[in-house]
Formats: sequence, structure tokens, C-alpha cells
Amino acid sequence: MTPMLAILDVVSIKYYLILSAFLFTIGVFGVLFRRNAITIFMCVELMLNSVNLLLVAFSTYHHDASGQVFVFFVMAVAAAEVAVGLAILVTIFRNIHSVDIDDLKALKN
Amino acid sequence: MSLVEITFLILSVIAIGSALMTVLSKNPIHSAIYLLICFSSIAGHYLLLNAQFLFIVHIIVYSGAIMVLFLTTLMLLNLNEETEQHKPAMARLGALVAAIILGLVLVAAVSKTATLMPMNNNTVDIGSIKALGKVLMDEYFYPFEFISILLLSAMVGVVLLTKKEKTAVA
Repeated sequence: MTPMLAILDVVSIKYYLILSAFLFTIGVFGVLFRRNAITIFMCVELMLNSVNLLLVAFSTYHHDASGQVFVFFVMAVAAAEVAVGLAILVTIFRNIHSVDIDDLKALKN
Repeated sequence: MSLVEITFLILSVIAIGSALMTVLSKNPIHSAIYLLICFSSIAGHYLLLNAQFLFIVHIIVYSGAIMVLFLTTLMLLNLNEETEQHKPAMARLGALVAAIILGLVLVAAVSKTATLMPMNNNTVDIGSIKALGKVLMDEYFYPFEFISILLLSAMVGVVLLTKKEKTAVA
């Protein structure tokens, strides 16, 4: 068996931490910046992915497969979340003909 | 610089750039396409980290299923025109400032942390389907089964939500 490529010997784990921090920040920025609810969903996916990347990096760092199993679970939950969220958005669009979050003020009276 | 470092750098630049374009492009379809590029570069990172199984699953779930869901919904709702109005300038400025401060705090906290545990230099493969499947079935068997219940209930919920109520009066 050929030896595995040990990327964390070459690229420090700190760079992965910084990359994930940047991706997470961009996701938060998108959630605050945009009005379109679908784009906000995309930014939430971005945040989930940045955390996934960090989990995989630390799983490789500690040589523990549990981190990768957790990423697998996060992916399954994200898939379910996107499906339900987009279904709710389609229902909202049917009722008020908009997915603009500033128009969703029915509960605010 | 070695080849690995260059690959890491290119993938990171693509990931951050396309993530920014996801947020900043006006057309939601373009946002979805940029998000696809971002997910693909994150999949490349998984491959660099020796997580082959997660690489495949990531491609299938994100680039396949979730992007198809997003694009189908965008086309269903006919949002491909640039109909979105922007938030007021103050709200956008506030969002920018909040994000920059969050980024500063995260990067500062990360760069000041000391390494508590040394890196484990074991070279046994943990990212392959065989190794991950063993862990999944040994240690995480019940969560794995609960995931199937979650996905089933999500599917039922989606069908129930999007069904038109024809018999509302009766």
C-alpha cells in the first residue's frame, strides 16, 4: 500500500482554521446582506460547509474517523433542512407571491 | 512551495472567491452556480485531506441533490430576473461591519490559539469507505438509523407542505 499523502505536514492546521473562519464569515455576511430567502438558504449551506471542512481537517489531524462520521450526519441533516425549507418557501410564495424576507411580516402584525 | 501547498492555495482562493460571488451577485441563479463552484473546491479540500468517502458523498449530496433543489425552486418561482430589491444602505453597511468584526474576532482567536494536542502521525487509512463504514456501524449505529427516520419524516413533511389544499371548504 502506498503511503497516504500527509497534507497537514505541509499545510498547517491553522490555515484550515483561517479558511473556515473566512467561509463562515462570508456566510454570515450573506445572511445579513441579502433579502432573497433562497440566497439566504445558500449562505446557511455555506456556513454548514465551512464547519464540515474544519471537522474533516481535525479528523485528519487527530487521525480519528468520528469527525468524518459527524460530517456525514451534518450532510444528511442539511439535505433534510434544505428540502423542508424550500418547501416552506414554495408555500409562502404561493400565498404572498414573494420570497423577500422583508415582506414576511404577517406575524409582526 | 510544493505542489500540495499550491493546490491548497488555489482551492482556497477559488472557495473564498466563489463564496463572495455567491453573496454579491444579483441574479439568484448566478449565486447558485457560484455556490456550486464553492462546493466543488471544498470537495477538492476533502480529497487533499484523504477523506475519499466524504469527497464522493459531498459531490453527490451537494453538487447533485441540493443544487438541483435550489435551481428547481428558483425556476419554479421564476426568480431568474433580477427582481430583488436591495436592503436599505444602512442595513447593508451594518451587515458589512458586523461580518468584518466577526471575521476579525474569529481570525484573531484562531491565530492566538496554542496547539494543545500534537498531530497524530498514524498513516492508517481512515477516510475510505471500508474504514468509515466500520466506525459508522460499530459506534454510530443508532444515530445512523435515526438519520433514516429524519429523512423519511422530512420527505413526508415536504409532500404535505407543498400539497395544494383542495378540500379546504369541505
